[in-house]
Amino acid sequence: MSIDEYNGSAIVAMTGKDCVAIATDTRFGVQRTTITTDFERVHKMGPTLYVAMSGLVTDAYTVAARLKYRLNLYELRENRPVNPKVFVSMVSNLLYERRFGPYFSTPVVAGLDPTSGKPFIAGFDCIGDPTIGTDFVTDGTSGEQLMGMCEAFWRPDLNKDELFEAISQSLLNAQDRDSYAGWGAQVYIIEKDKVTKKILKARKD
Amino acid sequence: MTERYSFSLTTFSPSGKLVQIEYALAAVAAGAPTVGIKAKNGVVVATEKKAKNSLYEQDSVHKIEKIADHIGMVYSGMGPDFRVLVKRARKIAMQYESSYGEAIPTGQLVQRVGAVMQEYTQSGGVRPFGVSLLIMGMDDGKPTLWQCDPSGTFFPWKATALGKNHINGKTFLEKRFNADQELDDAIHVAILTLKESFEGAMTEENVEIGICNDLGKFVRLSHNEIKDHL
Repeated sequence: MSIDEYNGSAIVAMTGKDCVAIATDTRFGVQRTTITTDFERVHKMGPTLYVAMSGLVTDAYTVAARLKYRLNLYELRENRPVNPKVFVSMVSNLLYERRFGPYFSTPVVAGLDPTSGKPFIAGFDCIGDPTIGTDFVTDGTSGEQLMGMCEAFWRPDLNKDELFEAISQSLLNAQDRDSYAGWGAQVYIIEKDKVTKKILKARKD
Repeated sequence: MTERYSFSLTTFSPSGKLVQIEYALAAVAAGAPTVGIKAKNGVVVATEKKAKNSLYEQDSVHKIEKIADHIGMVYSGMGPDFRVLVKRARKIAMQYESSYGEAIPTGQLVQRVGAVMQEYTQSGGVRPFGVSLLIMGMDDGKPTLWQCDPSGTFFPWKATALGKNHINGKTFLEKRFNADQELDDAIHVAILTLKESFEGAMTEENVEIGICNDLGKFVRLSHNEIKDHL
């Protein structure tokens, strides 16, 4: 059993027209045992900046907390909201600091640039290599399944409702092919002035 | 480097002053005059660079130094102290860029340099820096000009003068400063302000001028360019 499969997760972020969506499953399990089915993987970092963490839950939580700490100090010092590109550098740095004893968790970032409103998504590996995505970014034990589903459902310039459908269907069908992820799903649709969170019912197995 | 002394050499006087800082400011006020002016589309700093001897190789050492592509720094006071701060400021700017993938906003650099200068008023076995710095930069097309004092305080300025005759310099600037003037006019005003406290003739050999232009870059003017402005 690999450390990346100890807890299990399904994470996906997608870009649309002037909006982004980020969605995760909500299973918290320890190997084969499911502990809770309403686990929050998405963390808010700013009014239009969200991060979801995959992999080992303890590391996911720690990285999210340490990231928020650095981000808060940044915003206090600079007196301005962070822009996604800078945030990606911060995440990358934080993970690379542990290059030879890494966090077993990978973040997926989704947000809108605070000034231009342009959609922005990014994925990483556990030592901080950033990949800025143009269409979608996937992660977790269902990462590969999600890649396939997203490739089928994603099109450029989806409006917020089409985006919601695309990301939800991708997530639900991908996590059904993964025994370590599932038991529910959460979808965040992020627009310039509004963030909507939807909770989906999924197969409970 | 300084941990042998565990107590600070900068201590309060009964009247509540830190005399070491006052003395440092006196060292600054005795230094060569420096002027900084913010224009609509850039910033200019100018400083007197008199050679004590005609044998001096003037061009080997500069008073106006680049800290990052978009930030320049100059001083009034003790040259060697300035060099230490330039080194520190450059490292701070590069570390920021390495962590955040973005050029350091001038205000952020100033905050950090100010913190360094404050350290030397409270740490064991050191003395305050004998310089006041003028830090100029372009942040996203917006010109900024800051002063950093030996105490660690920093002020944003529209226009200011440091060093010898700085009070007269500031009075002169109060009359001549115009928020809407272009960079070329600001350079002209800076030269005039320096001339007020200049002994002898001002040439391109004994003055140094640095600008942050509207492309967001710090540039030190060449001798020919200075000659054109004089």
